[in-house]
Amino acid sequence: MRPNVAALARVGIAVAIIALLPAVVPSFLVFDLIYVAAFSIAILGLVILTGMNGQISLGHGAFMALGGYVVAVLAHSAGWPYWAGILAAMVACGLFGLVFGLIALRLAGVYLALATFSLAVATPSFLKHYKSITGGFGGMSLQPVQAPAGIPTDGQHWLYYVSWAVAGLAFAVSALIVRGKFGRALRALRDNPIAAVSFGVNPYVYKTLAFGWSAVLAGLAGAFYAIPTAYVSPDTFTFALSITLLIGAVLGGISTFWGALVGGIVVEFLPLVAQQINAAAPSVVYGVALILVMMFLPDGIVGGVLRLVYRFRPAPSQPALESSTPSAAPVAVSPQTRE
Amino acid sequence: MHDLAQQIVSGLATGSIFASVALALVLIYRAMGIINFAQGELAMFTTYIAWQLAQMGLPLWSAFALTVAIAFAGGVLLERIVIRPVERAPQLTIVIVTLGLFIAFNGLAGWFWGYIVKPFPSLFPTEPITIAGVGFSAQDVGVIVVSVITLGLISLFFQKTKLGLAMRAAALYPEQSRVLGIRVGWMLALGWGLASVVGAIAGIMIAPVVFLDPNMMQSVIVYAFAAAVLGGIESPIGAVIGGLVLGVVINLLGTYVEWIGNELRLAAALAIIIVVLMVRPEGLFGRATVQRV
Repeated sequence: MRPNVAALARVGIAVAIIALLPAVVPSFLVFDLIYVAAFSIAILGLVILTGMNGQISLGHGAFMALGGYVVAVLAHSAGWPYWAGILAAMVACGLFGLVFGLIALRLAGVYLALATFSLAVATPSFLKHYKSITGGFGGMSLQPVQAPAGIPTDGQHWLYYVSWAVAGLAFAVSALIVRGKFGRALRALRDNPIAAVSFGVNPYVYKTLAFGWSAVLAGLAGAFYAIPTAYVSPDTFTFALSITLLIGAVLGGISTFWGALVGGIVVEFLPLVAQQINAAAPSVVYGVALILVMMFLPDGIVGGVLRLVYRFRPAPSQPALESSTPSAAPVAVSPQTRE
Repeated sequence: MHDLAQQIVSGLATGSIFASVALALVLIYRAMGIINFAQGELAMFTTYIAWQLAQMGLPLWSAFALTVAIAFAGGVLLERIVIRPVERAPQLTIVIVTLGLFIAFNGLAGWFWGYIVKPFPSLFPTEPITIAGVGFSAQDVGVIVVSVITLGLISLFFQKTKLGLAMRAAALYPEQSRVLGIRVGWMLALGWGLASVVGAIAGIMIAPVVFLDPNMMQSVIVYAFAAAVLGGIESPIGAVIGGLVLGVVINLLGTYVEWIGNELRLAAALAIIIVVLMVRPEGLFGRATVQRV
């Protein structure tokens, strides 16, 4: 599909806003925005896996944990620079994702949800158990990031631009992937697996690769979650993190890339606002919001906005990133379906 | 040998908790094809209610009985208000709605009662019970007895009462049941009520051991998943046997296999879930489903 001008304009506006934001917002917000980048990358992984591939993962926090810990261990114990650690994290997560993707092929629908849920709950206990590598309960601290010599900015702003550049790259590469043959195969497999297979689409290859790419993104996000915190511990990567990612994907809109960006913003800032009511308020708000969105706004915030826009402007000019998916993505998986 | 016998009984005690929560999951899965991810959190929340009632001066067993009644009403209401609107929605939608319940109840418990771990009074005496020269903890024995009674009553209810029969019919043949005048929607709601009761009892039974905190059921629900998967997610008897076996195996592995210890018990449950789902997805007692292409 040919990118249209309106879509490019939207992407351009988003890029411009992201580039200019640090100049206008206070510096503590810059720090929050770095996490938005990390969350958006991870949620993008979920959008590809769940929204486009039709596979449920409640355990993407586990892939983030792997990514974060690979960077941390390599930097802490082997003295690797962060960029090399990040690449290693992506490779490690990709491999783990391919293996888990192979397993996931045999777990249809709700069974996959169950297995990934358990993976997410068990992750901290793995991290606590292998103390000699992970530092156990206490975790390990990392060097704060400094801007390279010759660049006139502080570490925080440098990290902001690096994170968002990486996020931009992740979104761009993912967009290229899902727009082509690969994305078409995934959508065909999601919407009508039998027809897709009859036309020669190999479900095993495509679904496993999609799981792998989704895990690479989660690992990348894990790295950019660990580095600004300059600290990793088993409590960083609890089940709550996995759920946070799913919440971001659902509230943002699980069938579009824009949903990943909006979801990243929501999961970073909504708790900060809700916390002012009560320490437990974010959970309650999240839980109620999940239920209400599923009942009334199944395409999330982005879907809702699009619906409003189209109501006032009937000529449908398809936004580029949405063009890769139908607006209402039914992820139909019946409990009886088994490969 | 004494030690082994004690470990097995203690495994059976935790196993009967897993069995109860697994049974609650299976009850709902059989009726609607839904896995209720919030089952453990509902049990946690009702356990807090029992604690609150006991704090307000109610004798422990009365608090227990009142909590069971509240749990039943709560389960029925949840089904009517939250689950009913999405009943026919795609699987992913329902999974997310039950996760929403999970997070909301976890947060509500933290909101009302805080995140500080609280001790929960045991319903059973503290002196050990001596059988054949081996002292068993009365808590363990009590938990096993209460669970056996609960599971027995549930089974009798489904086998011997007209209402139980109607519920089974509504789950298996909703259309035909409707024609025969069974209120299928209400039968499903009753199922949620019963599942919630079984969960509440399990929560009150395990709370003296794991203590009361909003996250107390998070690993229990994973074990319950493992138990249900092991026994076959559609088989109530499978869930119970799966739970008991899992309780004993996990306890023995954690005690006698050094490299597993305390922390990798959850990982063992995860491994069971994945291996069973890959090798024999229908579980030990389920029937294989055949899909028409």
